[in-house]
Amino acid sequence: MNTVVAQLQRQFQDYLVSLYQQGFLDNQFTELRKLQDEGTPDFVAEVVSLFFDDCSKLINTMSRSLERPENVDFKQVDSGVHQLKGSSSSVGARRVKNVCISFKECCDVQNREGCLRCLQQVDYEYKMLKTKLQDLFNLEQRILQAGGMIPQVNIS
Amino acid sequence: MMEVCNCIEPQWPADELLMKYQYISDFFIAVAYFSIPLELIYFVKKSAVFPYRWVLVQFGAFIVLCGATHLINLWTFTTHSRTVALVMTTAKVLTAVVSCATALMLVHIIPDLLSVKTRELFLKNKAAELDREMGLIRTQEETGRHVRMLTHEIRSTLDRHTILKTTLVELGRTLALEECALWMPTRTGLELQLSYTLRQQHPVEYTVPIQLPVINQVFGTSRAVKISPNSPVARLRPVSGKYLLGEVVAVRVPLLHLSNFQINDWPELSTKRYALMVLMLPSDSARQWHVHEMELVEVVADQVAVALSHAAILEESMRARDLLMEQNVALDIARREAETAIRARNDFLAVMNHEMRTPMHAIIALSSLLQETELTPEQRLMVETVLKSSSLLATLMNDVLDLSRLEDGSLQLELGTFNLHTLFREVLSLIKPIAVVKKLPITLNLAPDLPEFVVGDEKRLMQIILNIVGNAVKFSKQGSISVTALVTKSDNRAPPDFFVVPTGSHFYLRVKVKDMGAGINPQDIPKLFTKFAQTQSLATRSSGGSGLGLAISKRFVNLMEGNIWIESDGVGKGCTAIFDVKLGISNESKQSGIPKVPANPQHANFAGLKVLVMDENGVSRMVTKGLLIHLGCEVTMVSSSEECLRVVSHEHKVVFMDVCTPGVENYQIALRIHEKFTKRHQRPLLVALTGNTDKSTKEKCMSFGLDGVLLKPVSLDNMRNVLSDLLEHRVLYEAM
Repeated sequence: MNTVVAQLQRQFQDYLVSLYQQGFLDNQFTELRKLQDEGTPDFVAEVVSLFFDDCSKLINTMSRSLERPENVDFKQVDSGVHQLKGSSSSVGARRVKNVCISFKECCDVQNREGCLRCLQQVDYEYKMLKTKLQDLFNLEQRILQAGGMIPQVNIS
Repeated sequence: MMEVCNCIEPQWPADELLMKYQYISDFFIAVAYFSIPLELIYFVKKSAVFPYRWVLVQFGAFIVLCGATHLINLWTFTTHSRTVALVMTTAKVLTAVVSCATALMLVHIIPDLLSVKTRELFLKNKAAELDREMGLIRTQEETGRHVRMLTHEIRSTLDRHTILKTTLVELGRTLALEECALWMPTRTGLELQLSYTLRQQHPVEYTVPIQLPVINQVFGTSRAVKISPNSPVARLRPVSGKYLLGEVVAVRVPLLHLSNFQINDWPELSTKRYALMVLMLPSDSARQWHVHEMELVEVVADQVAVALSHAAILEESMRARDLLMEQNVALDIARREAETAIRARNDFLAVMNHEMRTPMHAIIALSSLLQETELTPEQRLMVETVLKSSSLLATLMNDVLDLSRLEDGSLQLELGTFNLHTLFREVLSLIKPIAVVKKLPITLNLAPDLPEFVVGDEKRLMQIILNIVGNAVKFSKQGSISVTALVTKSDNRAPPDFFVVPTGSHFYLRVKVKDMGAGINPQDIPKLFTKFAQTQSLATRSSGGSGLGLAISKRFVNLMEGNIWIESDGVGKGCTAIFDVKLGISNESKQSGIPKVPANPQHANFAGLKVLVMDENGVSRMVTKGLLIHLGCEVTMVSSSEECLRVVSHEHKVVFMDVCTPGVENYQIALRIHEKFTKRHQRPLLVALTGNTDKSTKEKCMSFGLDGVLLKPVSLDNMRNVLSDLLEHRVLYEAM
């Protein structure tokens, strides 16, 4: 049993580290994990799922605003991007945040094509992240079910 | 009987012719005698002045009686009766009486009458004299009027040429002169030059030497002096033959200098510069110079002198003012140029700062990385050299940039609380390796009353101590080095005689670094602190350094309101570097500043702390809430400013508000909360959560009454520190 737990734990550790190394996550995610304790065991999962819901809602709104080329409400797009940027930086979704930065630039110069491209990219990135984090949480559950503890991973 | 008649016989025989003549003469005499009084009466009546009327009456009577006598005499030439003779006798007697009386009276009267005559003569003389005097006074008054007019004309202008021209013109007119000229001394003072004349429009400019006897004579007295028409100063025109030249008068005009005037004092005529004014009466007129005319000339000369000096003063002051204006303009230009230069230098520095440091950091970073890899010994040596050189270069650049900022005055100390004891030990541990290699033992003595926790610029203080101790090590070949740190109250150079307990919140730290190395020539000591200077005896190629270290240290020490100096007994006898700096005493007994992760993540001091979080973004709101709950706070969440204002109460100790949503001024909430809670201790602390913490954002927050600023996303440690700082100090200086 222990070896299974150890194996799972190592898997978890490697996976998490790889997420950092590939730039999906940054320090803020580490901070989030710090906040999770016995009193709030699902804190990270809650925050992250809230984030993904937020993402899909915002992306929908923004794609509607960017739909018609002659009547683009850049203000709304801008506020959406801003929200998204704030949220992604709060959870540590690094890639998403970076795309938001370029997105904001396109929005400032009112470049519809650029905005559309960024929107697509944001969509892709958050879905990717969602998948990855889902895998991570699954790993966590398996460790817990196996009776082990989630290892503290130090990301330097 | 003979007829006896009472007739009187005449004495003489009746000679017919003689008798006739006598008869006629007597008749005329009588007539005259009767007419004289009549005439007298007539004329006396006419004149009112005659004083002696009764004398006239007497005289009249006398004459009438004489006349009567003579008249009666007419009857005595023929036989006449006795009565006639009687009348005759009576008349004669009366006449005799009156005439005697008259004669006696006249003795008194005639001298009186004579004296009247002399008085009359006297009065006539007096009148003539008064007439003469009147004439004189009138002339003088005329003269005075002329002088006043002249003075007025002269003083009504401040232009030198006008003054002099007017003088000559007016004088010429007043005195009806033929020619009037002014000789001014030349610049050298050895000659007089003909500067102005009255009649001639373009005077021939010629000069006479100043040492002529006639000129000396005129200059020697302040009075107008008559001079000969043939003297060189009076020869103003070509002599046209046989005319008799009019009389010439010359007078000196003192040219008063500015320095002669003392306030409330008459000008001292210590100046030796005079001009000469020459006045010529018309030739061939018999006119002579009168005293009053010469006096007029003297007065005018004086007035001209004063007017000229006024004009000179005015010229002087105008010139000074023009000069000042020019200087002002020049200074302004210079200042602007200097400002431009400073701006250009600052721009250059700013650019160089970044441009130089970036490649530098790249070199250092990559060289360090390279060091970590597998290298051959030669490669390793090369890499180490590269690293060392680039470190040196980086230090040099920093020094130079620091120094220029220091000189500008734009460098400010970064104050913070730190551990002084630890600082010294760190410095020593940094220097120890080199000292061990050079076999120089270093000792550290910290005074027992040296405070442990102090407030000051830790980084720069370390820089100073490192520099001084580093120099001691660098320039010593043998001996030991001792570093002493103690407290001194006074900042004079004498060591304290007694240990003074530092009162107040500040104290002076004195650090003494003594070495037994090469020492310094006392004459070179002042040069030590100048930039880029290294004394020849000390400079060796192996000891690198830019020569800036001490200069920078001195600047830092000065910024810390202290003093730095070096004492040495001479070359080869070692030296002691001493500096004092002012530090604040920290009244915290525990360490604060550098955060360390505490063992217990749950904090009792935050337990139950009521906080309010306002954030429109759901995700970040949740994260912040999680953060605060983890720290033990009781969190209330709101998602809009209106809700925030509604919900906030005095129970909430801190309000975190997100202010980075564009287009919405969340700062207004801060003001509204200030309005809502007038008592300061009831008001919750306000902290802004924002995506950027540049200076303008911070300033904005401060101006809206926020107590602190936090950069999102906030880490757990950050939040913990922020909360503890906030609750302790009630305001956050720096939070990042």
